[in-house]
Amino acid sequence: MEDAVKLKVNDKIHEIDAEPDTPLLWVLRDIVGLTGTKFGCGAALCGACTVHVDHEPRRSCVLPVSAVGNANVLTIEGVGATPIGKAVQDAWLQTEVVQCGYCQTGQIMQAVALLTANPAPDDGAIDRAMSGNICRCGTYPRIRAAIHAAAKQGVA
Amino acid sequence: MALCAAALVFAASAAWSTGPGGTAAPVTPLRPVASFEGIRDPAKRSAALFAEAGKVIQSPRCLNCHPAARIPTQGDEMRQHVPLMVATDGNHGPRGLPCATCHGADNAPTFAAGIASVPGNAHWQLAPVEMAWQGLNLPGICAQLKDPRRNGSRSLDQIVTHMKTDHLVGWAWNPGAGRTSAPGTQEGFGALIEAWVKTGAHCPAA
Repeated sequence: MEDAVKLKVNDKIHEIDAEPDTPLLWVLRDIVGLTGTKFGCGAALCGACTVHVDHEPRRSCVLPVSAVGNANVLTIEGVGATPIGKAVQDAWLQTEVVQCGYCQTGQIMQAVALLTANPAPDDGAIDRAMSGNICRCGTYPRIRAAIHAAAKQGVA
Repeated sequence: MALCAAALVFAASAAWSTGPGGTAAPVTPLRPVASFEGIRDPAKRSAALFAEAGKVIQSPRCLNCHPAARIPTQGDEMRQHVPLMVATDGNHGPRGLPCATCHGADNAPTFAAGIASVPGNAHWQLAPVEMAWQGLNLPGICAQLKDPRRNGSRSLDQIVTHMKTDHLVGWAWNPGAGRTSAPGTQEGFGALIEAWVKTGAHCPAA
């Protein structure tokens, strides 16, 4: 039985009809219509579906929508409105990180989570925090360089 | 007919968990405390009780998050956690990638072949470094559990309460689809630990 649930996404309230155990990713893409967040592995192993729930990174493919509660979900469509998100997206463009692009939503959301928690990460801290975000194009060196570039903007 | 009846009795009495791929697998039983009453020497009885409880303590459900390195392991074969997680200076993962990024308050089903669920608990975390169990034998773990410097400053009574009632300890018997449960039940395990303490908390011989 589906229930109407209020879900706050990018600071906007949405009324959704979904089973409580529906993964947040499904709700974002199929009901709210925000398709920037990607399905990758479906098991929290690749990071493509990363969003933030009240500023903390979460893999939306294994997060039941009922677990979100009143928290705000921040997606790739909204992250550019935050100072760190804008810095990361600018650095991504300047560094020309993207190749095919499929994983980059998750990479950017995870990078913003890292810089929120650690404004000046060294290479080791970047590698540890980004280890769960897989890129089959192998853009890892550019991702690391872009995170350093974003950190240098000092907005975190 | 007798065979059918026996099968029904077994099915009614056995506990089950889901093994790899989500198929049902019987849970290894634990001996009840009463079955140790025949050991007259209290010290030997105490050590035997702990050895039985050790079937839980040394199960992969417990050992995987009590690693010697600051990296958790996974599965019954206790392979290195994928993706790589390093606890760094805390017990909740590196800055920017807390355990809760993937591990929610409850076990969560997945949409991947071969991985039935992602385990979850509201207190999901790595055991502190001083509580590492991997690399220790059971007498070593026993000594550690009794040492307040290495057991979270707990008294033995607090150890009993922790083992009997802690929700994260209890996850070992509710590990989610695709994972074998720890032996027995948390109630049975807690009773063994309580009886071990009451008999002097003696450790098995090395």
